[in-house]
Amino acid sequence: MKRRLLNFLPLIIIAAVVFLGSCSKEIIDRTSTFQALKPSNEDVNADTWKTVLIANPAAFTVAAPDAINSAAYTADVNEVKSYQNNLSDDQKAIIAYWRAGAVLRWNEILRDLVAKYNLPPYQNPDGTYPFPSSANPFAYPEFPFSNPPYAARAYAYVSAAQYDALVTAYHFKNLYKRAAVYKNVPSIVPVTPKSSLYSYPSEDAVVAGATVEMLKFLFPTEVNYIQQKANEEMQYRIMAGANVRGELTAGQTLGSQVADVFVARGKTDRAGKAIGSAPVWLALQNNATSRGDQYWTSLETPARPPMLPLFGKVLPFLFDTLTVVSLRPAPPFVAGSDAFKAEVAEVLSYSKNPTREHQAQVEFWADGAGTYTPPGHWNAIAETEFVQQNYSEVRWARNYALLNIAEMDAAICCWDTKYFYFNMRPSQADPQIKTLTGIPNFPSYTSGHSNFSGAAAAVLTYLLPDRGSKFNDLAQQASMSRLFGAIHYRSDCQVGLITGAKVGQYAVQWAQSDGAGIK
Amino acid sequence: MMKPLRLYFYRSCLSAFLLTALGQIARAQTDADALMIPKNMFCAVASFDHSSWTNYWEGTFKRNNLNIGTLSANSYMAMGNYGITNKLDLLFTVPYVTTNASAGTLKGQSGFQDLTLTLKYLAFQTEIGKGIFSVHAILSGTLPLSNYEPNFLPVSIGLHSQTVSLRGLVNYQTGRFFVAGAAQYIQRSDITIDQNAYYTTQMIYSNRVYMPNVNNLLFSAGYRSLKLNIEGIVSQTTTLGGFDIRKNDMPFPSNRMNFTTAGGLVKYSFDGVTGLELTAGGNYVLKGRNVGQSTDFFGAVQYVFDFNKKHSK
Repeated sequence: MKRRLLNFLPLIIIAAVVFLGSCSKEIIDRTSTFQALKPSNEDVNADTWKTVLIANPAAFTVAAPDAINSAAYTADVNEVKSYQNNLSDDQKAIIAYWRAGAVLRWNEILRDLVAKYNLPPYQNPDGTYPFPSSANPFAYPEFPFSNPPYAARAYAYVSAAQYDALVTAYHFKNLYKRAAVYKNVPSIVPVTPKSSLYSYPSEDAVVAGATVEMLKFLFPTEVNYIQQKANEEMQYRIMAGANVRGELTAGQTLGSQVADVFVARGKTDRAGKAIGSAPVWLALQNNATSRGDQYWTSLETPARPPMLPLFGKVLPFLFDTLTVVSLRPAPPFVAGSDAFKAEVAEVLSYSKNPTREHQAQVEFWADGAGTYTPPGHWNAIAETEFVQQNYSEVRWARNYALLNIAEMDAAICCWDTKYFYFNMRPSQADPQIKTLTGIPNFPSYTSGHSNFSGAAAAVLTYLLPDRGSKFNDLAQQASMSRLFGAIHYRSDCQVGLITGAKVGQYAVQWAQSDGAGIK
Repeated sequence: MMKPLRLYFYRSCLSAFLLTALGQIARAQTDADALMIPKNMFCAVASFDHSSWTNYWEGTFKRNNLNIGTLSANSYMAMGNYGITNKLDLLFTVPYVTTNASAGTLKGQSGFQDLTLTLKYLAFQTEIGKGIFSVHAILSGTLPLSNYEPNFLPVSIGLHSQTVSLRGLVNYQTGRFFVAGAAQYIQRSDITIDQNAYYTTQMIYSNRVYMPNVNNLLFSAGYRSLKLNIEGIVSQTTTLGGFDIRKNDMPFPSNRMNFTTAGGLVKYSFDGVTGLELTAGGNYVLKGRNVGQSTDFFGAVQYVFDFNKKHSK
């Protein structure tokens, strides 16, 4: 028997290796399975919806489209025809990617950029830290460091600019009433679902134009990559038989004009000064001491200056800066008080005895360095929900704008609170507390994840009421993950969720009166 | 012919360990030498390995990290080697691993890591000149023994991939000196992490992580007698794909982890107590990529049980 086994052994070995070599290791990215966007409602009256920032869509200039019988239009049509039934596999892949939706794909691209740039700078030889500079973005550390507040603001500006640009595009669509090329030229068969909307200017192009302009401002080192993605998207519209070039050019131009309004706001919204300076950091310490509390110190070595201490001064979208102050919660438990000691002891217990389930929850929601941040996580959650709704592009944009201005304003309120109180992290209060994820380099009260999640859950629950308590349950999990990870006290999480939900309600009120309705 | 060979192989059941890297690529190299245990003998091993590093490579950039300090790992291993026949051995390793970072706040992890099962087959041997030349085929598989968290590097205890590997080993021994060379190809399964999206060189929306395969080249030479075994080992492990850790980013299980190590071991068999052996040795990472520059030391106690005894006389 054993001898027989020996004889077969080489065969067994070869069979095992061949079998294993044939195992598929391909990873299926769930965003690669999205189907072509086919709106259940085209929202033809979206030109009447309330914009975020621009005052009057009619104030923009969009030249009248070429007449259908003009030579220019004929040339455009011929360009579309040249691709009909004549697509390479690469071109088909570009179509399959982009036809899931312009707002959807650009939101993914933005999440990608946030993750790419969400790395804290490496220290200088003398133990100080360099700061990224928008004036010199290519020098290390490259601009920006897209940490959670920066990311929240970036998602908000991009989404809101896309939304305002689309509302404006609808104005000109309904003004010029240009029919789609496949309606004018019946021999053209689009490989995307047909739309009942007028096609000048193109929705895809206006989204691309607005996004490119915003991203030049927010991620200036990525201009070439962003432009290449936009070119690819424009090519997709023509290859798919969905738009002619003139509709795309007009859309891109309009989108970038609308975005300019947002860029102008972004340059003066005080985010550029959020880093603060040494005297500012010292004043924060004194402020905490004067309250009778122990002030926050960096737990990194070398000690890193606190993350964006003046981000709480940034101009919100949903309310004014006085409201930020009024939303600031009551102070945290003061160091040394019995209530504080009890909270420290609770964190220590989670640190000492983590369950595997808690570890999984901590990792799932960690969203730390090198990730798309908590607002990005909520954008990804929203994507998987929105994609089931068959929204029009303008409703995609409006819903992302609602979510993301709520996230940005939640970041502002949270950062205002963190730096007003400037209190210790649990591991500073008790060095025995070891953490299950990286410890963020800013004060504890209140939890950023909890603010982001409370706000996002409020917005998404309003938009998708049939999901019941799903988003609030997720928010609760995200919030508690910070306690289980031993980087936050319970009160940081609980109070942060409440403040976040309040901010989210401002976005809900906005949504209730913007003319878009629920669906 | 058979008898002296068998004497050489008797009692020799374990040679080297290698526990290294940022990613705790642990490998008990019982399967990397030409020593066989004869039929119906069982070698039981208890061993301990301590590895630590202060410097690591972020891609090709070598640095330290004051928020990690020194990252150390202790491995407590139970191992065994059974002779199914004189030409076929079955080996296993069960490691329990603990990790600790001396600075910063990250909590060290602990748990049973990956079971290794190995079939070691003496495929061919012949006399060449005054020595013996042999060829081994070694088939190994690893299986995670617990649900540990792979995506918490550098304190994770392992990468949680299932692997199957095939190693070819040639050995030439003349008198009491030997040289050996081996090449191994390790097929790794994808892993599941607790996040459902992650960034490598782009965002990937999945909780599955593609783990590139790995190869290993090894060269060893030294003195090998019945009582004493002293050898030096150089080994190079290359991940066939994967990506570099970005500047000041955290490591990730599918990083391109490469390392070249140099090490050695001494093994001593006692005359007085038949079947008892002691082994000690160490390894040092000379050069690496996305791994820690670890130094490790190990020690083991082996005892050989002979189930032939009652019948063989």
